[in-house]
Amino acid sequence: MTSGLLDRHLSFIEALRGAGLSVSLAEDLDSVAALGAVGWGEREHVRDVLAATLVKKQAQRTTFDALFDVYFPALVGDGVRAGSTAEGGDEAAESADAPGVRDNAAALQAFRDQLAEALESNDQQRLRQLAAQMVGTFGAMPGRGPGLSSWSAYTALQRVAPQELIDRIVAGLLGEAGDEARETEVRRLANRRVGAFTTMVEDDARRRIAEEKGPDHVADVAIRPSIDKLAFTAARRTDLDEMRRQIFPLARRLATRLTKEHHAHRRGALDFRRTVRASIATGGVPLTTHHRPKRPHRTDLVVLCDVSGSVANFAQFTLLFVFALREVFQSMRAFTFIDHVHEVTEHLQPGSDPVEVLEKLAAASSHAALWGRTNYGRAFAKFEEQHLDALGPKTTLLILGDARSNYSDLEDATLRRLAGAVRRSYWLNPEPESSWGAGDSAARTYREIVSMVECRNLTQLQEFVHDLAL
Amino acid sequence: MTWFDSPAQAADRLTKAGYLADAATATTAFLAGALEKPLLLEGPAGVGKTELAKAVARATGAGLVRLQCYEGLDEARALYEWNYKKQLLRIQAQTGASDGVDWDQTHDDIFTEEFLLTRPLLTAIRRDEPTVLLIDEVDKTDIEVEGLLLEVLSDFQVTIPELGTVAATRRPYVVLTSNASRELSEAVKRRCLYLHLDYPDAQREREILQAQVPDLDDKIAEQLVATVGRLRELELKKAPSIAESVDWARTLIALEIRDLDEKAIAETLGAVLKHNSDQARAIKELRLVSTTSTTGRRK
Repeated sequence: MTSGLLDRHLSFIEALRGAGLSVSLAEDLDSVAALGAVGWGEREHVRDVLAATLVKKQAQRTTFDALFDVYFPALVGDGVRAGSTAEGGDEAAESADAPGVRDNAAALQAFRDQLAEALESNDQQRLRQLAAQMVGTFGAMPGRGPGLSSWSAYTALQRVAPQELIDRIVAGLLGEAGDEARETEVRRLANRRVGAFTTMVEDDARRRIAEEKGPDHVADVAIRPSIDKLAFTAARRTDLDEMRRQIFPLARRLATRLTKEHHAHRRGALDFRRTVRASIATGGVPLTTHHRPKRPHRTDLVVLCDVSGSVANFAQFTLLFVFALREVFQSMRAFTFIDHVHEVTEHLQPGSDPVEVLEKLAAASSHAALWGRTNYGRAFAKFEEQHLDALGPKTTLLILGDARSNYSDLEDATLRRLAGAVRRSYWLNPEPESSWGAGDSAARTYREIVSMVECRNLTQLQEFVHDLAL
Repeated sequence: MTWFDSPAQAADRLTKAGYLADAATATTAFLAGALEKPLLLEGPAGVGKTELAKAVARATGAGLVRLQCYEGLDEARALYEWNYKKQLLRIQAQTGASDGVDWDQTHDDIFTEEFLLTRPLLTAIRRDEPTVLLIDEVDKTDIEVEGLLLEVLSDFQVTIPELGTVAATRRPYVVLTSNASRELSEAVKRRCLYLHLDYPDAQREREILQAQVPDLDDKIAEQLVATVGRLRELELKKAPSIAESVDWARTLIALEIRDLDEKAIAETLGAVLKHNSDQARAIKELRLVSTTSTTGRRK
């Protein structure tokens, strides 16, 4: 290994650690030994080898791939642009001197035509070239001050707007088959291809910035945390879909873990009769002891969740997650509120389809609002007035929300009465603890009544539900 | 002995053994042999984790020793156990025959090979022939068993207090599989190479189908793979895996269905989707004939 390569490898490991992967020295050594066995000949081999030795959690794989592309880029500079087509080659040579020249309306139109064609045929190689070309031509921001990135995936995507090509691609794909019934399917296919292309463009912009400023800078700024560590409030549309897909597997994993731990705690008092009976087989020596089973205690759960715009995602996830774990709880009732309370238990039938449940919940949220401004105090008062029968001495009350109540009357006395009527009560807050009580957040007031827990991502949510169900 | 010479050769030999490995799988399988490190396989059920271990054994002509993990697995089932019934008999036989034998003699006698019941881990370590040790569904065990595995996985040795340390004469090729129902401890993960097996792409899945179900004709294989691909995109409780595709292909052959049209899909959906709500969703999304689930049950 030459010294340059070693430096790069070490800073790559450093970046992985910075991104939250716990890479030990032993694993680092393994990776170098493994590279010695496989060789640096092929980039994909290197990626596989490093992944096998350094990444031990699938959730971290996306982070790893992004960092790998930054530290070990597939191409340098404009690389492929020169080799794309004969015509493109000439133009690339020209534009190398003055990158701004080619960015005009005609070039944009021509590029969009090429892109639509490539997306239609789904030629990966060509698409990757186009992504590099696109950032090079339309994403360049020359003449910006020092310290600012000179490439922008955002600008490039805004200029070219691949989303608008979807209709064209659909028409193109349907043209071959001429089948109207397949339209939704084809549209989904086109959407997926455009999505993949968008990712390629973002990757390419990252790569270019890394080239200019050094990979360490990009690793600090542009790499997103893995999905289970991503904050609910910072999630984008695609992240939300991904999270929703994660919910049921997560719930299943948690359920297995819970059963296992229940079993571990199940050993009750010694069952004397059975132990003596079993000891006869071994000549009166009690080699194995038998125990009476312990009665499992199960929680009655009442969930009260804020579904106003600011926390809607968080509320939906938590509700779905708790719902997915229904069998762990004795019974469950769920209420949504904004400034009025509405019961949604009926939508959470066992065995029902999670997508439909979410749709119904979204539709039901209109019942939870009178004026549409979050008002925790009013919601608590209404809850006490209409649904007090839901609470009992065995109940666990779970409140989900950011406690931002638009400076209205907090009704903390009502909440105190509610909390007093149940066995345990918790408040899950999707905001970081540091911002509790800032602005119109009533978290300070409420946390004195109900124990408030920070719950910003899937990992924290999972930990909380685990402790709740145990 | 080296297990594989290069990633390419690993892919080649695994293919001959009936396992179509992609590049990452082949590279990692090669590495596990070259570095003599255990290989931890994770992924959804039915993507061929256990099968990979079996294929490695077939491809290299090694013997397969399997430890199936389950809740409550302990040292006595995983590592070794003293055959205490036989030991009791021995003590009784000795006291019956002559009463002058001293205790030390008996003690030395009953803690020997003869009374040792070897369990998979110890068996794999003591074997002289090349061995693939498969530790299946390691996430099902309790955390304590992981501690037990550590000594075996890093040093390939087992310490038996009465006999001393048994070290491997020939390091086995160790494969651990996990459905990730529980996070394994860092200590175990650190000692392993990690590979996540996922659903294959359409091309590879078709090859796997054709290798597993040779009677399947090309057209129907293509339709089947496309349909399964679409099903995996839906939000299902359990997405169909390779095992289910293969089952489905066998079902279609058994029913002599030559064309996978909407009616055929609807009728045989039970082979791929095992949840009622999943089937309902698939019928809705694929716009199948909506009466299917009821007619299917009446048959």
